[in-house]
Amino acid sequence: MGGDLFSPADGVAPRDRAFGVAEIAALLRAAVEGAIGQVWIRGEITGLKRYQSGHWYFTLRDPDAQVRCVMWRTYTQRAGSPPADGTEVYILARPSLWEERGELRLSAVVVLPTAAVGVAERERERTRLALEHDGLLALERKRPLPAFPRAVALVTSADGAVLHDILTVQRRRWPLATVLVVSARVQGSGAVEDLVRALQMVSRLSVDLCLLARGGGSREDLGAFDDERVCRAVAAVPVPVISAVGHETDVSLADLVADRRAPTPSAAAEMAFPDRDHVMSGLDHLADRLAQGLRRPTRLAQERLLRSGDRLATAWSRRIGRWQRTVERHAAQLEALSPLRVLERGYAVAQGTDGRVLRRVADLSPAMPFTLRLADGAVAARVDNRGGTR
Amino acid sequence: MTLAEDLRRLEEIVRHLEEDDLDLDRSLALFEEGIRHLRQAREILSAADARVQEVVAEAGDTIRMVDRDE
Repeated sequence: MGGDLFSPADGVAPRDRAFGVAEIAALLRAAVEGAIGQVWIRGEITGLKRYQSGHWYFTLRDPDAQVRCVMWRTYTQRAGSPPADGTEVYILARPSLWEERGELRLSAVVVLPTAAVGVAERERERTRLALEHDGLLALERKRPLPAFPRAVALVTSADGAVLHDILTVQRRRWPLATVLVVSARVQGSGAVEDLVRALQMVSRLSVDLCLLARGGGSREDLGAFDDERVCRAVAAVPVPVISAVGHETDVSLADLVADRRAPTPSAAAEMAFPDRDHVMSGLDHLADRLAQGLRRPTRLAQERLLRSGDRLATAWSRRIGRWQRTVERHAAQLEALSPLRVLERGYAVAQGTDGRVLRRVADLSPAMPFTLRLADGAVAARVDNRGGTR
Repeated sequence: MTLAEDLRRLEEIVRHLEEDDLDLDRSLALFEEGIRHLRQAREILSAADARVQEVVAEAGDTIRMVDRDE
Protein backbone atom coordinates (compact mmCIF):
# COMPACT_ATOMS: atom_id res chain seq x y z
CA MET A 1 0.00 0.00 0.00
CA GLY A 2 2.91 2.30 0.86
CA GLY A 3 2.07 5.93 1.40
CA ASP A 4 0.01 6.33 -1.72
CA LEU A 5 -3.12 8.27 -0.83
CA PHE A 6 -5.10 6.90 -3.73
CA SER A 7 -4.06 3.31 -3.69
CA PRO A 8 -6.98 0.94 -3.10
CA ALA A 9 -7.82 -0.29 0.35
CA ASP A 10 -8.45 -4.00 0.72
CA GLY A 11 -11.63 -5.10 -1.03
CA VAL A 12 -12.30 -1.78 -2.70
CA ALA A 13 -12.04 -1.35 -6.45
CA PRO A 14 -8.87 0.53 -7.40
CA ARG A 15 -9.32 4.21 -8.16
CA ASP A 16 -6.82 6.59 -9.62
CA ARG A 17 -8.45 9.68 -8.24
CA ALA A 18 -10.41 10.98 -5.20
CA PHE A 19 -14.23 10.62 -5.06
CA GLY A 20 -16.45 13.62 -5.40
CA VAL A 21 -18.88 14.06 -2.50
CA ALA A 22 -21.93 13.45 -4.66
CA GLU A 23 -20.20 10.45 -6.08
CA ILE A 24 -19.47 8.89 -2.72
CA ALA A 25 -22.99 9.76 -1.55
CA ALA A 26 -24.45 7.97 -4.55
CA LEU A 27 -22.25 4.95 -3.89
CA LEU A 28 -23.26 4.93 -0.24
CA ARG A 29 -26.87 5.20 -1.16
CA ALA A 30 -26.63 2.24 -3.50
CA ALA A 31 -24.81 0.27 -0.82
CA VAL A 32 -27.39 1.11 1.84
CA GLU A 33 -30.34 0.38 -0.37
CA GLY A 34 -28.91 -2.89 -1.52
CA ALA A 35 -27.80 -4.05 1.92
CA ILE A 36 -31.12 -4.97 3.51
CA GLY A 37 -33.96 -4.29 1.15
CA GLN A 38 -37.51 -3.92 2.34
CA VAL A 39 -38.05 -5.11 5.91
CA TRP A 40 -40.47 -4.81 8.81
CA ILE A 41 -39.16 -2.72 11.69
CA ARG A 42 -40.76 -2.34 15.08
CA GLY A 43 -40.36 0.86 17.05
CA GLU A 44 -41.93 3.94 18.61
CA ILE A 45 -42.91 6.88 16.49
CA THR A 46 -41.78 10.34 17.65
CA GLY A 47 -41.68 13.80 16.18
CA LEU A 48 -44.00 13.06 13.28
CA LYS A 49 -44.44 16.04 10.94
CA ARG A 50 -46.95 16.16 8.13
CA TYR A 51 -45.97 18.47 5.36
CA GLN A 52 -48.19 20.37 2.98
CA SER A 53 -46.90 18.10 0.23
CA GLY A 54 -48.48 15.13 1.98
CA HIS A 55 -45.19 13.52 3.01
CA TRP A 56 -44.64 12.46 6.61
CA TYR A 57 -41.31 12.78 8.42
CA PHE A 58 -40.76 11.06 11.75
CA THR A 59 -38.27 9.23 13.93
CA LEU A 60 -38.52 5.60 14.87
CA ARG A 61 -36.80 4.68 18.07
CA ASP A 62 -36.41 2.14 20.80
CA PRO A 63 -34.48 2.51 24.09
CA ASP A 64 -31.12 2.04 22.36
CA ALA A 65 -31.31 3.70 18.95
CA GLN A 66 -33.23 5.89 16.58
CA VAL A 67 -33.54 6.29 12.81
CA ARG A 68 -35.04 9.08 10.72
CA CYS A 69 -37.92 8.01 8.51
CA VAL A 70 -39.88 9.42 5.62
CA MET A 71 -43.14 8.25 4.13
CA TRP A 72 -44.02 9.68 0.72
CA ARG A 73 -47.42 11.02 -0.17
CA THR A 74 -48.24 8.00 -2.37
CA TYR A 75 -48.19 5.86 0.76
CA THR A 76 -49.47 8.32 3.36
CA GLN A 77 -52.63 8.71 1.29
CA ARG A 78 -53.39 5.07 1.86
CA ALA A 79 -52.36 5.13 5.52
CA GLY A 80 -55.13 7.43 6.79
CA SER A 81 -54.33 9.63 9.76
CA PRO A 82 -50.83 9.40 11.25
CA PRO A 83 -50.28 7.59 14.57
CA ALA A 84 -49.85 9.83 17.61
CA ASP A 85 -46.35 10.39 19.01
CA GLY A 86 -45.29 7.53 21.24
CA THR A 87 -47.32 4.90 19.39
CA GLU A 88 -45.55 1.63 18.91
CA VAL A 89 -45.73 0.63 15.26
CA TYR A 90 -44.48 -1.75 12.62
CA ILE A 91 -43.20 -0.06 9.56
CA LEU A 92 -42.38 -1.74 6.27
CA ALA A 93 -39.43 0.25 5.01
CA ARG A 94 -36.28 0.26 2.97
CA PRO A 95 -33.17 2.10 4.21
CA SER A 96 -31.86 4.81 1.97
CA LEU A 97 -29.51 7.77 2.00
CA TRP A 98 -30.69 11.32 1.51
CA GLU A 99 -27.78 12.52 -0.55
CA GLU A 100 -28.37 16.25 -0.17
CA ARG A 101 -27.95 16.00 3.59
CA GLY A 102 -25.95 12.84 3.79
CA GLU A 103 -28.57 11.48 6.14
CA LEU A 104 -29.51 7.88 6.50
CA ARG A 105 -33.21 7.28 6.70
CA LEU A 106 -35.88 4.69 6.28
CA SER A 107 -38.33 5.13 3.48
CA ALA A 108 -41.58 3.63 4.76
CA VAL A 109 -44.45 2.30 2.70
CA VAL A 110 -46.66 0.92 5.48
CA VAL A 111 -47.18 2.01 9.08
CA LEU A 112 -49.27 -0.24 11.30
CA PRO A 113 -49.78 0.28 15.05
CA THR A 114 -48.61 -2.93 16.76
CA ALA A 115 -51.68 -2.97 18.95
CA ALA A 116 -53.85 -3.38 15.88
CA VAL A 117 -52.11 -6.17 14.05
CA GLY A 118 -50.70 -9.60 14.49
CA VAL A 119 -47.69 -11.08 12.81
CA ALA A 120 -49.80 -12.79 10.14
CA GLU A 121 -51.41 -9.55 9.11
CA ARG A 122 -48.07 -7.82 8.87
CA GLU A 123 -46.73 -10.58 6.72
CA ARG A 124 -49.84 -10.49 4.60
CA GLU A 125 -49.45 -6.77 4.03
CA ARG A 126 -45.80 -7.24 3.08
CA THR A 127 -46.73 -10.00 0.63
CA ARG A 128 -49.50 -7.92 -0.88
CA LEU A 129 -47.10 -5.06 -1.50
CA ALA A 130 -44.49 -7.39 -2.98
CA LEU A 131 -47.07 -8.93 -5.34
CA GLU A 132 -48.36 -5.53 -6.26
CA HIS A 133 -44.84 -4.32 -6.90
CA ASP A 134 -44.29 -7.18 -9.34
CA GLY A 135 -47.52 -6.42 -11.13
CA LEU A 136 -49.13 -9.69 -10.13
CA LEU A 137 -52.28 -7.98 -8.92
CA ALA A 138 -52.68 -5.86 -12.04
CA LEU A 139 -56.02 -6.09 -13.81
CA GLU A 140 -54.28 -6.21 -17.18
CA ARG A 141 -52.88 -9.56 -16.17
CA LYS A 142 -56.32 -11.15 -15.84
CA ARG A 143 -56.98 -13.62 -18.61
CA PRO A 144 -60.40 -14.46 -20.02
CA LEU A 145 -61.80 -17.88 -19.12
CA PRO A 146 -62.25 -20.48 -21.86
CA ALA A 147 -65.87 -20.57 -23.05
CA PHE A 148 -66.05 -24.36 -23.27
CA PRO A 149 -63.37 -26.01 -21.13
CA ARG A 150 -62.36 -29.50 -22.18
CA ALA A 151 -60.02 -30.34 -19.36
CA VAL A 152 -59.89 -28.58 -16.02
CA ALA A 153 -57.37 -28.99 -13.24
CA LEU A 154 -58.80 -28.83 -9.76
CA VAL A 155 -56.39 -28.08 -6.94
CA THR A 156 -58.02 -28.83 -3.64
CA SER A 157 -58.10 -31.21 -0.73
CA ALA A 158 -58.74 -34.78 -1.90
CA ASP A 159 -61.33 -35.66 0.68
CA GLY A 160 -63.15 -32.41 1.32
CA ALA A 161 -66.74 -31.52 0.56
CA VAL A 162 -65.33 -28.92 -1.84
CA LEU A 163 -64.35 -31.58 -4.37
CA HIS A 164 -67.80 -33.13 -4.16
CA ASP A 165 -69.55 -29.76 -4.57
CA ILE A 166 -67.52 -28.83 -7.61
CA LEU A 167 -67.96 -32.19 -9.32
CA THR A 168 -71.72 -32.06 -8.69
CA VAL A 169 -72.00 -28.70 -10.42
CA GLN A 170 -69.74 -29.86 -13.24
CA ARG A 171 -71.78 -33.01 -13.91
CA ARG A 172 -75.02 -31.07 -13.95
CA ARG A 173 -73.83 -28.24 -16.17
CA TRP A 174 -71.01 -29.50 -18.34
CA PRO A 175 -70.49 -33.25 -18.32
CA LEU A 176 -68.15 -32.94 -21.30
CA ALA A 177 -65.04 -31.88 -19.49
CA THR A 178 -62.45 -34.03 -17.89
CA VAL A 179 -61.55 -32.92 -14.40
CA LEU A 180 -58.05 -33.64 -13.23
CA VAL A 181 -57.86 -33.53 -9.48
CA VAL A 182 -54.54 -32.46 -8.07
CA SER A 183 -54.91 -32.92 -4.38
CA ALA A 184 -53.04 -30.88 -1.83
CA ARG A 185 -53.24 -30.21 1.84
CA VAL A 186 -54.97 -26.86 2.15
CA GLN A 187 -54.19 -26.05 5.75
CA GLY A 188 -51.73 -26.75 8.48
CA SER A 189 -48.07 -27.56 8.16
CA GLY A 190 -46.96 -28.56 4.70
CA ALA A 191 -49.96 -26.89 3.07
CA VAL A 192 -47.86 -24.18 1.42
CA GLU A 193 -45.39 -26.68 -0.04
CA ASP A 194 -48.23 -28.95 -1.13
CA LEU A 195 -50.14 -26.16 -2.82
CA VAL A 196 -47.04 -24.90 -4.61
CA ARG A 197 -46.22 -28.42 -5.80
CA ALA A 198 -49.82 -28.98 -6.98
CA LEU A 199 -49.93 -25.66 -8.83
CA GLN A 200 -46.62 -26.42 -10.48
CA MET A 201 -47.98 -29.78 -11.54
CA VAL A 202 -50.92 -28.06 -13.22
CA SER A 203 -48.55 -26.43 -15.67
CA ARG A 204 -47.53 -29.89 -16.82
CA LEU A 205 -51.09 -30.99 -17.50
CA SER A 206 -52.94 -30.45 -20.72
CA VAL A 207 -55.78 -28.40 -19.30
CA ASP A 208 -57.40 -25.13 -20.30
CA LEU A 209 -58.47 -23.93 -16.88
CA CYS A 210 -57.43 -24.32 -13.24
CA LEU A 211 -59.63 -24.16 -10.17
CA LEU A 212 -58.07 -23.52 -6.80
CA ALA A 213 -60.59 -24.16 -4.06
CA ARG A 214 -60.92 -24.51 -0.37
CA GLY A 215 -63.89 -24.44 1.98
CA GLY A 216 -64.43 -21.97 4.77
CA GLY A 217 -62.25 -21.81 7.85
CA SER A 218 -60.66 -19.52 10.33
CA ARG A 219 -58.23 -16.84 9.25
CA GLU A 220 -55.35 -19.10 10.31
CA ASP A 221 -56.78 -22.04 8.38
CA LEU A 222 -56.72 -20.00 5.21
CA GLY A 223 -53.21 -18.72 5.89
CA ALA A 224 -51.55 -20.81 3.19
CA PHE A 225 -53.49 -18.89 0.55
CA ASP A 226 -51.88 -15.67 1.75
CA ASP A 227 -48.41 -17.12 1.44
CA GLU A 228 -46.20 -15.42 -1.07
CA ARG A 229 -44.92 -18.71 -2.51
CA VAL A 230 -48.47 -19.93 -3.13
CA CYS A 231 -49.45 -16.60 -4.66
CA ARG A 232 -46.49 -16.66 -7.00
CA ALA A 233 -47.27 -20.26 -7.95
CA VAL A 234 -50.83 -19.17 -8.81
CA ALA A 235 -49.44 -16.39 -10.97
CA ALA A 236 -47.18 -18.86 -12.77
CA VAL A 237 -49.98 -21.23 -13.82
CA PRO A 238 -50.06 -21.00 -17.64
CA VAL A 239 -53.86 -21.24 -17.91
CA PRO A 240 -56.49 -19.00 -16.30
CA VAL A 241 -57.06 -19.66 -12.60
CA ILE A 242 -60.32 -19.29 -10.73
CA SER A 243 -59.85 -19.24 -7.00
CA ALA A 244 -62.46 -19.82 -4.36
CA VAL A 245 -60.97 -19.78 -0.92
CA GLY A 246 -63.08 -19.71 2.22
CA HIS A 247 -66.35 -17.90 2.48
CA GLU A 248 -67.56 -14.90 0.56
CA THR A 249 -66.16 -12.49 3.13
CA ASP A 250 -62.64 -13.96 3.04
CA VAL A 251 -60.39 -12.60 0.37
CA SER A 252 -57.02 -14.29 0.25
CA LEU A 253 -54.02 -12.94 -1.59
CA ALA A 254 -54.23 -15.98 -3.87
CA ASP A 255 -57.71 -14.72 -4.80
CA LEU A 256 -56.21 -11.39 -5.78
CA VAL A 257 -53.57 -13.02 -7.96
CA ALA A 258 -56.01 -15.42 -9.65
CA ASP A 259 -57.68 -14.42 -12.89
CA ARG A 260 -61.12 -14.67 -11.31
CA ARG A 261 -62.30 -14.97 -7.76
CA ALA A 262 -65.43 -16.89 -6.85
CA PRO A 263 -67.16 -16.41 -3.50
CA THR A 264 -67.55 -20.18 -2.95
CA PRO A 265 -66.27 -23.40 -4.57
CA SER A 266 -69.71 -24.09 -6.11
CA ALA A 267 -69.74 -20.60 -7.57
CA ALA A 268 -66.28 -21.25 -8.99
CA ALA A 269 -67.65 -24.33 -10.72
CA GLU A 270 -70.57 -22.33 -12.13
CA MET A 271 -68.07 -19.81 -13.42
CA ALA A 272 -65.88 -22.49 -14.95
CA PHE A 273 -68.48 -24.72 -16.57
CA PRO A 274 -71.06 -23.41 -19.00
CA ASP A 275 -74.56 -24.85 -18.95
CA ARG A 276 -74.83 -27.47 -21.69
CA ASP A 277 -78.61 -27.09 -22.07
CA HIS A 278 -78.15 -23.41 -22.55
CA VAL A 279 -75.49 -23.96 -25.22
CA MET A 280 -77.73 -26.56 -26.92
CA SER A 281 -80.65 -24.16 -27.16
CA GLY A 282 -78.33 -21.50 -28.49
CA LEU A 283 -77.32 -23.99 -31.15
CA ASP A 284 -80.97 -24.66 -32.05
CA HIS A 285 -81.48 -20.96 -32.46
CA LEU A 286 -78.47 -20.79 -34.78
CA ALA A 287 -79.86 -23.72 -36.78
CA ASP A 288 -83.12 -21.81 -37.27
CA ARG A 289 -81.28 -18.73 -38.41
CA LEU A 290 -79.16 -20.82 -40.77
CA ALA A 291 -82.27 -22.28 -42.45
CA GLN A 292 -83.88 -18.84 -42.55
CA GLY A 293 -80.68 -17.47 -44.00
CA LEU A 294 -80.85 -19.88 -46.92
CA ARG A 295 -84.55 -19.23 -47.50
CA ARG A 296 -83.92 -15.65 -48.52
CA PRO A 297 -81.44 -16.25 -51.38
CA THR A 298 -83.61 -19.19 -52.52
CA ARG A 299 -86.67 -16.95 -52.69
CA LEU A 300 -84.70 -14.30 -54.54
CA ALA A 301 -83.47 -16.88 -57.03
CA GLN A 302 -87.00 -18.14 -57.53
CA GLU A 303 -88.28 -14.67 -58.17
CA ARG A 304 -85.45 -14.09 -60.57
CA LEU A 305 -86.30 -17.32 -62.37
CA LEU A 306 -89.94 -16.34 -62.65
CA ARG A 307 -88.97 -12.98 -64.02
CA SER A 308 -86.72 -14.73 -66.58
CA GLY A 309 -89.66 -16.97 -67.56
CA ASP A 310 -91.80 -13.94 -68.12
CA ARG A 311 -89.15 -12.35 -70.26
CA LEU A 312 -88.79 -15.56 -72.28
CA ALA A 313 -92.52 -15.71 -72.93
CA THR A 314 -92.60 -12.08 -74.01
CA ALA A 315 -89.67 -12.60 -76.36
CA TRP A 316 -91.32 -15.69 -77.78
CA SER A 317 -94.63 -14.11 -78.50
CA ARG A 318 -92.92 -11.14 -80.07
CA ARG A 319 -91.08 -13.51 -82.43
CA ILE A 320 -94.24 -15.45 -83.25
CA GLY A 321 -95.99 -12.19 -84.04
CA ARG A 322 -93.24 -11.32 -86.45
CA TRP A 323 -93.60 -14.67 -88.19
CA GLN A 324 -97.33 -14.27 -88.35
CA ARG A 325 -97.00 -10.93 -90.08
CA THR A 326 -94.55 -12.43 -92.60
CA VAL A 327 -96.92 -15.25 -93.38
CA GLU A 328 -99.74 -12.78 -93.89
CA ARG A 329 -97.64 -10.69 -96.21
CA HIS A 330 -96.69 -13.75 -98.25
CA ALA A 331 -100.29 -14.88 -98.33
CA ALA A 332 -101.33 -11.52 -99.79
CA GLN A 333 -98.66 -11.78 -102.47
CA LEU A 334 -99.75 -15.33 -103.29
CA GLU A 335 -103.30 -14.19 -103.60
CA ALA A 336 -102.38 -11.49 -106.07
CA LEU A 337 -100.85 -14.15 -108.28
CA SER A 338 -103.85 -16.48 -108.06
CA PRO A 339 -105.49 -17.29 -111.48
CA LEU A 340 -108.79 -16.60 -109.83
CA ARG A 341 -107.77 -12.95 -109.60
CA VAL A 342 -107.27 -12.98 -113.43
CA LEU A 343 -110.72 -14.37 -113.93
CA GLU A 344 -111.98 -11.55 -111.71
CA ARG A 345 -110.79 -9.14 -114.34
CA GLY A 346 -113.23 -10.75 -116.93
CA TYR A 347 -111.19 -13.54 -118.42
CA ALA A 348 -112.43 -17.11 -118.74
CA VAL A 349 -110.65 -20.43 -119.00
CA ALA A 350 -111.81 -23.26 -121.25
CA GLN A 351 -111.14 -26.72 -119.94
CA GLY A 352 -111.74 -30.04 -121.54
CA THR A 353 -113.89 -32.62 -119.82
CA ASP A 354 -110.64 -34.10 -118.56
CA GLY A 355 -109.77 -30.78 -116.95
CA ARG A 356 -107.06 -29.94 -119.46
CA VAL A 357 -106.89 -26.24 -120.37
CA LEU A 358 -107.85 -25.67 -123.97
CA ARG A 359 -105.41 -23.09 -125.21
CA ARG A 360 -105.67 -23.37 -129.04
CA VAL A 361 -108.43 -23.64 -131.65
CA ALA A 362 -106.89 -26.94 -132.60
CA ASP A 363 -107.68 -28.22 -129.14
CA LEU A 364 -111.39 -28.00 -130.03
CA SER A 365 -113.53 -29.93 -132.46
CA PRO A 366 -117.17 -29.38 -133.61
CA ALA A 367 -119.83 -30.41 -131.07
CA MET A 368 -117.14 -31.00 -128.50
CA PRO A 369 -118.32 -30.35 -124.91
CA PHE A 370 -116.10 -28.36 -122.61
CA THR A 371 -116.21 -26.34 -119.40
CA LEU A 372 -115.92 -22.61 -119.32
CA ARG A 373 -114.54 -21.47 -115.93
CA LEU A 374 -115.44 -17.93 -114.90
CA ALA A 375 -114.60 -15.94 -111.78
CA ASP A 376 -117.60 -17.13 -109.81
CA GLY A 377 -118.03 -20.65 -111.20
CA ALA A 378 -118.16 -22.81 -114.31
CA VAL A 379 -120.70 -23.48 -117.10
CA ALA A 380 -120.97 -26.45 -119.46
CA ALA A 381 -120.52 -25.43 -123.19
CA ARG A 382 -120.34 -27.04 -126.64
CA VAL A 383 -118.57 -26.02 -129.88
CA ASP A 384 -121.02 -25.39 -132.72
CA ASN A 385 -118.72 -24.24 -135.53
CA ARG A 386 -115.31 -25.39 -136.34
CA GLY A 387 -114.39 -22.43 -138.67
CA GLY A 388 -113.12 -20.11 -136.01
CA THR A 389 -110.55 -17.42 -136.45
CA ARG A 390 -106.90 -18.03 -135.72
CA MET B 1 -62.02 -28.15 -34.54
CA THR B 2 -63.14 -27.17 -31.06
CA LEU B 3 -66.70 -26.40 -30.05
CA ALA B 4 -65.82 -22.73 -29.66
CA GLU B 5 -64.44 -22.66 -33.20
CA ASP B 6 -67.48 -24.47 -34.60
CA LEU B 7 -69.81 -22.02 -32.92
CA ARG B 8 -67.82 -19.00 -33.98
CA ARG B 9 -67.80 -20.10 -37.62
CA LEU B 10 -71.48 -21.00 -37.46
CA GLU B 11 -72.34 -17.54 -36.16
CA GLU B 12 -70.21 -16.00 -38.87
CA ILE B 13 -72.01 -18.00 -41.56
CA VAL B 14 -75.44 -17.11 -40.23
CA ARG B 15 -74.55 -13.42 -40.14
CA HIS B 16 -73.20 -13.70 -43.66
CA LEU B 17 -76.39 -15.29 -44.92
CA GLU B 18 -78.54 -12.79 -43.08
CA GLU B 19 -76.75 -9.62 -43.95
CA ASP B 20 -74.93 -10.04 -47.23
CA ASP B 21 -76.42 -10.21 -50.66
CA LEU B 22 -75.09 -13.57 -51.78
CA ASP B 23 -75.89 -15.53 -54.92
CA LEU B 24 -77.54 -18.91 -54.59
CA ASP B 25 -74.40 -20.95 -55.16
CA ARG B 26 -72.50 -19.10 -52.44
CA SER B 27 -75.46 -19.29 -50.08
CA LEU B 28 -75.78 -23.02 -50.62
CA ALA B 29 -72.08 -23.56 -50.02
CA LEU B 30 -72.27 -21.55 -46.79
CA PHE B 31 -75.40 -23.34 -45.72
CA GLU B 32 -73.76 -26.72 -46.21
CA GLU B 33 -70.71 -25.61 -44.26
CA GLY B 34 -73.02 -24.31 -41.52
CA ILE B 35 -74.77 -27.66 -41.33
CA ARG B 36 -71.41 -29.37 -40.95
CA HIS B 37 -70.44 -27.14 -38.02
CA LEU B 38 -73.87 -27.56 -36.50
CA ARG B 39 -73.58 -31.33 -36.65
CA GLN B 40 -70.07 -31.26 -35.22
CA ALA B 41 -71.11 -28.96 -32.38
CA ARG B 42 -74.09 -31.19 -31.55
CA GLU B 43 -71.85 -34.22 -31.56
CA ILE B 44 -69.40 -32.63 -29.17
CA LEU B 45 -72.19 -31.45 -26.90
CA SER B 46 -73.88 -34.81 -26.71
CA ALA B 47 -70.71 -36.75 -26.09
CA ALA B 48 -71.00 -36.72 -22.33
CA ASP B 49 -67.80 -38.45 -21.42
CA ALA B 50 -67.15 -36.67 -18.17
CA ARG B 51 -64.18 -38.19 -16.48
CA VAL B 52 -62.63 -37.46 -13.18
CA GLN B 53 -59.04 -38.45 -12.77
CA GLU B 54 -56.65 -38.13 -9.94
CA VAL B 55 -53.26 -36.73 -10.82
CA VAL B 56 -50.56 -38.57 -8.97
CA ALA B 57 -46.91 -37.63 -8.95
CA GLU B 58 -44.63 -40.60 -9.30
CA ALA B 59 -40.98 -41.02 -8.61
CA GLY B 60 -38.68 -39.81 -11.36
CA ASP B 61 -40.72 -36.68 -11.99
CA THR B 62 -43.53 -38.43 -13.88
CA ILE B 63 -47.25 -37.95 -13.54
CA ARG B 64 -49.85 -40.69 -13.53
CA MET B 65 -53.61 -40.34 -13.98
CA VAL B 66 -55.89 -42.56 -11.97
CA ASP B 67 -59.59 -42.80 -12.75
CA ARG B 68 -61.60 -41.77 -9.80
CA ASP B 69 -64.81 -43.53 -8.93
CA GLU B 70 -67.45 -41.34 -7.41
